[in-house]
Amino acid sequence: MSGRTHLGMPAFPEAATSATRDARLRRNLRHATGTIRAKRAEAVAELPDWAELRAAGAAIKDRTLRHLDHYLEQLEEAVTAAGGTVHWAADAAEANRIVTELVRATGETEVVKVKSMATQEIGLNAALEKAGIRAYETDLAELIVQLGDDLPSHILVPAIHRNREEIRDVFRGRMSRWGRPAPEGLTDDPAELAEAARLHLREKFLRAKVGVSGANFMVAETGTLVVVESEGNGRMCLTLPETLISVVGIEKVVPTWRDLEVFLQLLPRSSTAERMNPYTSMWTGTTDSETADGPRDFHLVLLDNGRTDALADTVGRQALRCIRCSACLNVCPVYERAGGHAYGSAYPGPIGAILTPQLRGTTTELDASLPYASSLCGACYEVCPVAIDIPQVLVYLRERVAEGGEVTVRGQRTTIRPARGHAAERAAMRAARWALDHPGALRAGQRLAARTRRLHPRRLPGPGRAWTASRDLPAVPAESFRDWWRRTRDDRAEGDRR
Amino acid sequence: MRVALFVTCVTDTLYPGTGRATVALLERLGVEVDFPAEQSCCGQPQFNTGYRREAEPLVRRHAEAFRGYDHVVTPSGSCAAMVRENHPRIAARSEDAALERAVAEVAPRTYELSEFLVDVLGVTDVGAHYPHTVTYHPTCHGLRTLGLGDRPRRLLERVRGLELVELPGAAECCGFGGTFAVKNAAVSAAMGADKARDIEGTGAEAVCAVDNSCLMHIGGILARRGSTVRPVHLAEILAATDSTHNADGPGHDGRRTR
Amino acid sequence: MSSRETVLGRVRRALADVPRTEGPDDVPVPRRYEHTHMPTEGPGATGAPVDLLAENLIDYRAVVHRADADGLPTLLCRLLAERGSTEVLVPPGLPPWWLAAADPVRIHDRAASTPDELDTVDSVVTGCAVAIAETGTIVLDGSPDQGRRRITLIPDHHVCVVRVPGQVVASVPEALERLDPSRPLTWISGPSATSDIELSRVEGVHGPRTLEVVLLTE
Repeated sequence: MSGRTHLGMPAFPEAATSATRDARLRRNLRHATGTIRAKRAEAVAELPDWAELRAAGAAIKDRTLRHLDHYLEQLEEAVTAAGGTVHWAADAAEANRIVTELVRATGETEVVKVKSMATQEIGLNAALEKAGIRAYETDLAELIVQLGDDLPSHILVPAIHRNREEIRDVFRGRMSRWGRPAPEGLTDDPAELAEAARLHLREKFLRAKVGVSGANFMVAETGTLVVVESEGNGRMCLTLPETLISVVGIEKVVPTWRDLEVFLQLLPRSSTAERMNPYTSMWTGTTDSETADGPRDFHLVLLDNGRTDALADTVGRQALRCIRCSACLNVCPVYERAGGHAYGSAYPGPIGAILTPQLRGTTTELDASLPYASSLCGACYEVCPVAIDIPQVLVYLRERVAEGGEVTVRGQRTTIRPARGHAAERAAMRAARWALDHPGALRAGQRLAARTRRLHPRRLPGPGRAWTASRDLPAVPAESFRDWWRRTRDDRAEGDRR
Repeated sequence: MRVALFVTCVTDTLYPGTGRATVALLERLGVEVDFPAEQSCCGQPQFNTGYRREAEPLVRRHAEAFRGYDHVVTPSGSCAAMVRENHPRIAARSEDAALERAVAEVAPRTYELSEFLVDVLGVTDVGAHYPHTVTYHPTCHGLRTLGLGDRPRRLLERVRGLELVELPGAAECCGFGGTFAVKNAAVSAAMGADKARDIEGTGAEAVCAVDNSCLMHIGGILARRGSTVRPVHLAEILAATDSTHNADGPGHDGRRTR
Repeated sequence: MSSRETVLGRVRRALADVPRTEGPDDVPVPRRYEHTHMPTEGPGATGAPVDLLAENLIDYRAVVHRADADGLPTLLCRLLAERGSTEVLVPPGLPPWWLAAADPVRIHDRAASTPDELDTVDSVVTGCAVAIAETGTIVLDGSPDQGRRRITLIPDHHVCVVRVPGQVVASVPEALERLDPSRPLTWISGPSATSDIELSRVEGVHGPRTLEVVLLTE
């Protein structure tokens, strides 16, 4: 019941090809992303200073990243002073080990979880399951995914690939295995489905002794953590248990309390297209026992897991500005057709295509295919509230895949070779470059193509088939532009000179 | 004013009609156009596929070919964006100060056609006549990298006889994306099919864009679907006058698929 | 080497491109955005932040009432009666006169209250720390008239009294200036909601499904 993992998934083009054939998936994604796109645009248009907020958001993140060691130490000091305990995890295994030990120390065998990208990334639920600890996901979409033994496919709405009928079926069929069964006669009305989740989860919230969360922001100067949510499941997990464990990527720190004024305006409008999300919780360590409000024990696990490798790259570093709003997924035409599972990690869509190959490297076929999972249309960059130039980073990472070069892997500088499977492409690119760099050869090629144009097949063999399977080829003209110019203009020009 | 035409390798090889239309249009507006024969490809296919080192000689060739002109005009949003955005990046990483200087000369003087007409020449009515129903697809690099805004539309709105119809979801990518079209052919084709459906739904006779590469993809899909909608480059519409347009439809020579 | 040293060491090596002389504050942060979006003069002026607050609260499905000191006890009595609430949770420092006219049994937020006990209570009445007009948000900071975070979470009906205009600010930046980060804070914008089904907003999941806000004229 620990859920599926992304291990052994095929490369992006393969997975995406099957997704494009899934009519229901296409319909679900088109409907959902279409709904949110228009709303986001409206919510953003309400603020005439959006461009300035965006610039400030990017700059605050850049300031943080360029001095991350300073801010992490400041944060650690503030959290500790406020009664929290800070742990450091260099990778996923270490983070999972820390959390497992902390839960074991409480004597509990179950935890309630707030939706968290970091714990998805490290596969915490599966690690806890191995230790005999059951983790209950409490976000509605995460619950749908967990009950359905499925994988998340979206950062904000992990069950976006499911429509209401499918969700009803998952609830009816699976809820009883995890606790309170779905109400009799449950329909696919979204309000009824939300009510079913409320009833199912309430008993878990009320008895939970340990909560596990991530955080959207950590304020270095005050030691405050911020969780932004909608349903109230976050508030349940953050305030009712006696022990709270928050697993947070090191890039989530922001320098000052005041900096939140930028992100609390950028994030809700970019993610759920709201002026403000229904609930935001902010806490600083623990409160003293006399008037205890919330958990008595608070543990913060600071997670690296490849983030410092991304940080070491001066171009790729900007991916760490990401505030996980998912606006880039919602506007991405490739995501809409391929679906989130094709990206093979907790981070799908355009941001995943630049984040995953930096966090995990480009050694697997899947990870090496991710930078190519984009038409470079730029819609992601346009909506990104922290101005991550995703197309630029994609092209930059393609270079890493195609040509290899210097990278940082687990903190060590190393030179990687070009990814396998690019030899034929490299030869073709080199040949094309040679021809294009020799206009005489280019002209000869154009003339040859023109002379033989009646003989060109409608469908090409080999790699060209990828084009002609769904598209006709353009007809080759009788005369290239440069030949026309030469024939009609250069003579005249020479005549003029004479 | 010394103006050079950067025709682009796609237009040179596959759509010379667009190149000829660009020349005719500019000359009609009193611009003296030169075609530097040493020009080739801007290196976009290489660079965008991850072969920056293969792109570098083409960047060098480009900067040398277009040295010394007041303006460089190209009938391609995508290639203009490549020159303006990426040539400086490639030059910066080449560790060749001479190349950096050469690129810094040429890149900012490079204009996509509609930018050149509206911003440099200051015209929106170019005296064209094109009696057809047209829908306009703003290609991604023109729309989002160059920020062409409504320039192409303003030019089209002044064309006599032309009826401009709205394209739903116009800002969404057609799915071409260079080598993306073959590396992720299924997604590319799915995007193209949706774009083609939207185009057909407008009832227009022709779909207009500022990029022949995107039009090659859109046109290839339309043709495979047996559609009668013809892809046509903005330059060809703007170059058309009473005497140039022919009776058998909105396309120009070379604008056929097999 | 501890993981702390490992991670911090990696961070420092990763930032080899940052000049040693550069301090955090040397990285410029342009704050050219507006401090508030309230038009204060001219034909676009929308009036008092209180009106915008009411408008935005209603837009996100909160129920808004207005009262003065004389009318508040009767209003609260009515709201609880309409709901059919027999028990109401009361934070330790709630002004007693607010509920002077109310019939329901008052349940006090004792330290010993278990979540299960709280789950049987129908309604909760609190004050707030600040309310944000532009976003339709009320913020609770655990002061005596608001109580611990969980008392406004488990009951299904939350009545929150906002003193106007004193507790109302225009914008998120103004709210942060007033708030104390060392206190546990809960920002509430309308009732609990979800967008998890087909990305359409549905009100009412785990938090109170009914949020009533009383704008109390000071």
